[in-house]
Amino acid sequence: MAARIEVKTKIKDTRAAALLARLRNLGFRKLTGLDMADVYAVDARISPARLRSAAALLANPLTETFAINAPLAPARFAFAAEIGFLPGVTDNVGATARETIADFLRKKFRVGEAVYTAQIFYFSGRLDAAEAERLAAALYNPLIQHARVKSLAQFKRDGGMGLSLPKVRLAGRARADEVNLWLVDEELVELGARGIPNPDGSRRGPMALDLESLQTIRSYFHKLRRNPTDVELETLAQTWSEHCKHTIFADPMDDINEGIFRRYIRGATEKVRQAKGKNDFCVSVFKDNSGAIDFDGEYLLTHKVETHNSPSALDPFGGAITGIVGVNRDTLGFGLGAKPVANTYGFCFADPADKTELYRDKEKSQPMLSARRILEGVVAGVNSGGNQSGIPTPQGFVCFDPRFRSKPLVFVGTVGLIPRRQAKGGEGRFLHEKKARVGDYIVMAGGRVGLDGIHGATFSSVALDKGSPATAVQIGDPITQKKMSDVLIKEARAAGLYTSITDNGAGGLSSSVGEMAKESNGCEVDLAKVPVKYPGLAPWQIWISESQERMTLSVPPAKWSEFEKLLRRRGVEATRIGRFTASGRCVVKYRQRTVLDLPLDFLHEGRPIKFLRSAAPAGGHLEFAYPAKTDFNQATLALLARPNLASFEFISRQYDHEVQAGSVVKPLQGRGRVNGDAAIFRPRLDSPRGAVLSQGIYPWYSDLDAYAMAAAAIDTAFRNAIVSGADPEKIALLDNFCWSNSRDPRRLHELKRAAQACFDLAVAYGAPFISGKDSMWNDFKGFDSKGDAVKISVPPTLLISALGLIPDVRRAVTLDLKMPGDYVYLLGETKEEMGASEYAALVGSAGGSAPKVSAGKNMALYRALAAAITEGVIASALSVNRGGLGVALVRAALAGELGVTVSLKGITGRRLRPEAALWSESQGRVLVSVSPKKAARFEKLFAGIPHARLGKVEASDILRVGDAGGATVVKLPLAALARAYRSTFKGF
Amino acid sequence: MTSRAIILAGYGLNCEDETKFAFELAGGRADIVHLNDLIADRGLLKKYQILAVPGGFSFGDDTGSGKAYANKMKNHLKEELDRFLAADKLALGICNGFQILTHLNFLPGALLFNNSARYVDRWVDLRVVSASPWLTGIRELSLPIAHGEGRYHADGPTLRRLNAKKQIALKYVKGETSAFHNLSANPNGALENIAAVTSVNGKVLGLMPHPERGMFFTQLPHWTWLREKLEREGKKPPTEGPGLRIFQNAVDYFG
Repeated sequence: MAARIEVKTKIKDTRAAALLARLRNLGFRKLTGLDMADVYAVDARISPARLRSAAALLANPLTETFAINAPLAPARFAFAAEIGFLPGVTDNVGATARETIADFLRKKFRVGEAVYTAQIFYFSGRLDAAEAERLAAALYNPLIQHARVKSLAQFKRDGGMGLSLPKVRLAGRARADEVNLWLVDEELVELGARGIPNPDGSRRGPMALDLESLQTIRSYFHKLRRNPTDVELETLAQTWSEHCKHTIFADPMDDINEGIFRRYIRGATEKVRQAKGKNDFCVSVFKDNSGAIDFDGEYLLTHKVETHNSPSALDPFGGAITGIVGVNRDTLGFGLGAKPVANTYGFCFADPADKTELYRDKEKSQPMLSARRILEGVVAGVNSGGNQSGIPTPQGFVCFDPRFRSKPLVFVGTVGLIPRRQAKGGEGRFLHEKKARVGDYIVMAGGRVGLDGIHGATFSSVALDKGSPATAVQIGDPITQKKMSDVLIKEARAAGLYTSITDNGAGGLSSSVGEMAKESNGCEVDLAKVPVKYPGLAPWQIWISESQERMTLSVPPAKWSEFEKLLRRRGVEATRIGRFTASGRCVVKYRQRTVLDLPLDFLHEGRPIKFLRSAAPAGGHLEFAYPAKTDFNQATLALLARPNLASFEFISRQYDHEVQAGSVVKPLQGRGRVNGDAAIFRPRLDSPRGAVLSQGIYPWYSDLDAYAMAAAAIDTAFRNAIVSGADPEKIALLDNFCWSNSRDPRRLHELKRAAQACFDLAVAYGAPFISGKDSMWNDFKGFDSKGDAVKISVPPTLLISALGLIPDVRRAVTLDLKMPGDYVYLLGETKEEMGASEYAALVGSAGGSAPKVSAGKNMALYRALAAAITEGVIASALSVNRGGLGVALVRAALAGELGVTVSLKGITGRRLRPEAALWSESQGRVLVSVSPKKAARFEKLFAGIPHARLGKVEASDILRVGDAGGATVVKLPLAALARAYRSTFKGF
Repeated sequence: MTSRAIILAGYGLNCEDETKFAFELAGGRADIVHLNDLIADRGLLKKYQILAVPGGFSFGDDTGSGKAYANKMKNHLKEELDRFLAADKLALGICNGFQILTHLNFLPGALLFNNSARYVDRWVDLRVVSASPWLTGIRELSLPIAHGEGRYHADGPTLRRLNAKKQIALKYVKGETSAFHNLSANPNGALENIAAVTSVNGKVLGLMPHPERGMFFTQLPHWTWLREKLEREGKKPPTEGPGLRIFQNAVDYFG
């Protein structure tokens, strides 16, 4: 009754050709041919005749053929490999095929009936079995997929690959268990770290509850004279996790009783808002799923940036796509639902050429993916998630350090647009405010619940090791979410059909319902009503599963039938799973039994406070050691080819940045298609007003000074926005701290210093923080190729994302030099700040100082620059960032495809050697070009502000730099520079 | 008579808002209608003069781009659509909409994976090679593409028929933006550089490039350079982009 449909293209298969080229590029030189076919295994009661007519829908008769229960193999090949999903893994193509078949046959698929997809790869060439296995291994990820490999002979003997149905079969117990906490301390620690024991002795996976928390829970239940249920314990683990409660930022540290978040981050925002008074543009900060600022009086702009690091280490594609569609839900879950209008990204990887092998276990049976596969998978995941959702992705960066080898940092952000007030009905209610009312139904909308993402929140609160659960990995389903997003944001919100909404992310229902229950002061849920992907889930699993594409809403009973009908018409499932109450308690039932009953204040506030101590690391300063001799031409080319500075056009091009039609400044600028540092788009097509997006990140500086690392990130993000045309008085910031080893007092000291920098700079620039997120355990504990234990921790990293406004996008500025004869100026002061610079990494020097930010001086410069841009005085502008002036000059010239002649003579600051003038990464600097006709006006606007005319734009193809004495130090043709800039990621 | 356009939505189509904006900017009227609402009220189609299937990612391109959405239309709306196209009315398929119209056999050929087998967003230059009400008065224009499956394909006899009946509407050529960015003319390996085709009578147009992403001057990939050049010549930069004309043509056709 289950049948197998194969579909294959009849004409040139470019998918297979591109894959063949990629595999040969990876070293599979014996592979000479590759064919592919798609497999649909239909596990449903359908007669053969009806199945044949339905199968025809899956193939385009013009270009494809199909066969049922017979292989469509090429006449000759060496090996065939079929790759399909493991049971329970999201299969988006299978879901679409099922819907197509169901719609055509007017047939309802019953519980247990499904369509499973797979792909077959036919390898040709002189291959042996081991080589075929290695090829298959390069094509699948054993955490989410399985592969079956057959030789031609075996394939013929079996008549093909045979049927494989990855059905979920759960033997779990569908009831809640009591958990005994009366254990000795070591056992209690084990319980928190590895999870509740199963009857077979295995454990359910990390809860990240420490001894103190478990003791607190034990005494609480002791007073009740009962043990907690597994549902209760898992819920407390989720709710109290570092991931959800940000304990390190919230708890007292040293003499900071209120914690570093309240003092430095929220403290900065409060101070900025006070100082701005009537000009305060913050609307909703730190209390919702995203932060929001005023856009134009009528609309608000929201922004949120998330990380998805641990899942991306294990399944780069799934981790990244889940990250991007997940942060989209932070937009849908803002207020009563904002519309996603732009995505941002930022990836910290190891150099893909890094061949270090790492394993999760001593026996080396669980290899970590290669640096290159992590990069390619993450890039592809954001491609699928962003492109399929119809959200432009105009802004992003990549950065590289060997310490991101085991745990990459994957930042994903989403900007949203929402009217300030409801247009009609709803008494003009504010759309950024929401409140579930007593008696409202608790409604879950979107996808269904399965085992995916169990322990995601607690998993990200611990280091990655061999016990890390594979079920923490999930695959996003952008189309299910798009359908839900459209109906909620475009229809249900306007009709006033719900009173509150939040997303199901970390912690699943336990977190979303638990949070919303605060609005009404109580909730009662029946887990048996929650729609599931397959039977057999235990109540604790239903409650904490992080299955994607789900929102939780509160729907007044009077609106329920209209709400449900509307969602059904849009192909979106919505289910009542309980009611909001005023009991002060969170009560959860399953099949008539209460499985969780906790007061909200214990759930949310019962966590034991920890007193954190930080300790300053031992000081010591090394002078920057310059190499004995510098070949400036060679160094310029070598810097450009470094992954941190090379073109990543291959990413910008594969992310749709023009959908929604608001694109103004694109990710690739000028004739030479150079990656920009900021993007501009119009969220409303009927207004000239634009939003400016930029980022700043310098993980390398934290090796010298975490304060400098954070200050540089803020200055860079802020400056990148202004350089493109943003109004300096209206820039909001977001912070994403990615730390490691966060129990070490020295790391905590670095954290405190970085947070202090956030306060100082945000206040000095009048740039409030509106939202943020932290990820404190970016550590990997595993084994190297010799089987020796290794621990790799990421350098303390702060990503700053800026959201700015430009009153009229027609005045936006790009980085490319525009016209020969224009003057080239450097704004700001250059100091000898070579420490942890890209040049330092190139020459291998560990000494020197990281750049210090002079906020007061910089702000005066930024205001002058903004005035000059508004007046149309600036022809091109580029932030001087990683790689210093030397790299900025090349980028501006390459982008304009124009030569440039400059002298280092006029550079402000004390006497510098040419290496420092070119490659110091002093902050607060901007490279601009100005038409000679506007030079007088320019000089007037910059009177009293450090600036130097370095030279001019040439109608040539030569970049020429002279030192202070007049000798030429760099002379390079643009073609050689372009080659270096584009070489590194060629073939990606 | 002011024309009225119906713009389909749902199941992952995603360019309906800006396509509506483009029709309205061109002086027309437009409604966005979810496919399921049209299926529930099939008579609705009669009210409209223009049918637009916008760009997007219907069903995530699963089972092949446009296939699942077209199957749904075929299953429920075949007669109504045939009747619409038999009348003196216009239809437009942009990108995913073009893919859908080929699966419905309203336009010949098929759109396959790009040569690079990867999604690509860039600008292209196009030459108009045959007459269509949609393309009146246009000889060349530049627009952006953004797709993974845009390589136009037709078999030998179909291609001969297309040429004979003048159904090839737009071809990729080396022009202003591809010269500016030094990119190849043909972005995806399309047969004979075909970017758009029409029905025999020219009234149904399917194109891979997005005209609604080129309706404003500030959407151009090199507009800051153009602005600088024009301002130095003492000229004012325009506000509109080349894509708007396509929508204006449709509105004027009924005008």
